[in-house]
Amino acid sequence: MIPALAIILVFQLIGEVATRSLGLLLPGPVLGLLLLVLSCSLRPALAEMLRPVVTGILGHLSLFFVPAGVGVVAHLGQFRSDGLAVALALTVSTALAVAAGALVFRAVVRWTGGAEE
Amino acid sequence: MTDAALIWSYLTQGPLLWLTATLIAYWLGDSFFRAMGRQSWANPVLCAVILLACVLGLTGTSYRTYFEGAQFVHFMLGPATVALGMPLYDNLRRVRKAALPLVAALLAGSVTAVVSALAIGKAFGLSEMMLASLAPKSTTAPVAIGIAEGLGGEPTITAVLVLVTGIFGAIIATPLLNALGIRDWRARGFSLGVAAHGIGTARAFQVNETAGAFAGIGMGLNAVLTSIIAPLALYLFQ
Repeated sequence: MIPALAIILVFQLIGEVATRSLGLLLPGPVLGLLLLVLSCSLRPALAEMLRPVVTGILGHLSLFFVPAGVGVVAHLGQFRSDGLAVALALTVSTALAVAAGALVFRAVVRWTGGAEE
Repeated sequence: MTDAALIWSYLTQGPLLWLTATLIAYWLGDSFFRAMGRQSWANPVLCAVILLACVLGLTGTSYRTYFEGAQFVHFMLGPATVALGMPLYDNLRRVRKAALPLVAALLAGSVTAVVSALAIGKAFGLSEMMLASLAPKSTTAPVAIGIAEGLGGEPTITAVLVLVTGIFGAIIATPLLNALGIRDWRARGFSLGVAAHGIGTARAFQVNETAGAFAGIGMGLNAVLTSIIAPLALYLFQ
């Protein structure tokens, strides 16, 4: 468990150092994510070694954003004044994004003649 | 018998109390979610956040004090983002097989999510801080929080917007996609994963295994793409 956790933290560390020193727009952990995909592709044995810890972390993914979520109590005033605009932006754009993604996916499948799975 | 006030002042000085409270609140939220048959509206994080907000309000505890304890949980967002690479790796073969529609749908969904949210927010006169917090709302929480921090947004506001986006997306997806006549499970799942991250992915898995797998792919790819699109789009709207 400890080696796997250390490797995951090393990916994050490399990601943070690289994005900060190169001034990339990407958050460090996202670069870490890409490093993990790349490393596992090059060495499939690594994926099996990391899997138990990764499964553990991802199984409790939603727990990790509770502290940030609680922070909203400090911004309740903000929501009182901007509530309607935020609610509208959030709901309309989410519905549009689902529709756009699905329609474009179907259009390209038809255009390239790909079969459904 | 020691004075209760003394014990309380001891507890408020260390991280133990609020770390414990965070885990218990999430545990209660998760039990409620299961008891409600895993309905999207009974989201465990939302329940935990409401519970903790009430406890903080009743005990007169500041968010800063709470975060002293909760930071250990918050820290795990980074490693969790790295861990999200694993489902992406597991599905690389399926990604390659449907590469063209995936890339096109990813671009369409991701750009629509960011740009339409910013356009509506701007039209209603939201502040730059609020727009920066809103831009990454369709991305999975750990990544969205990282993006918002980098753009000058408020991570705590982003966390809540991400949650509400996920819940809303999970609730509307089935009726919306039915109305559009989309039958391909890959398209249905993928678009939901792009627009409504992990909560949408969980919903997709409830409906169909293929939809769930493609939702997971959509969530992972969108985490990477929004990191690039959000700063560019925000620049356009400033």
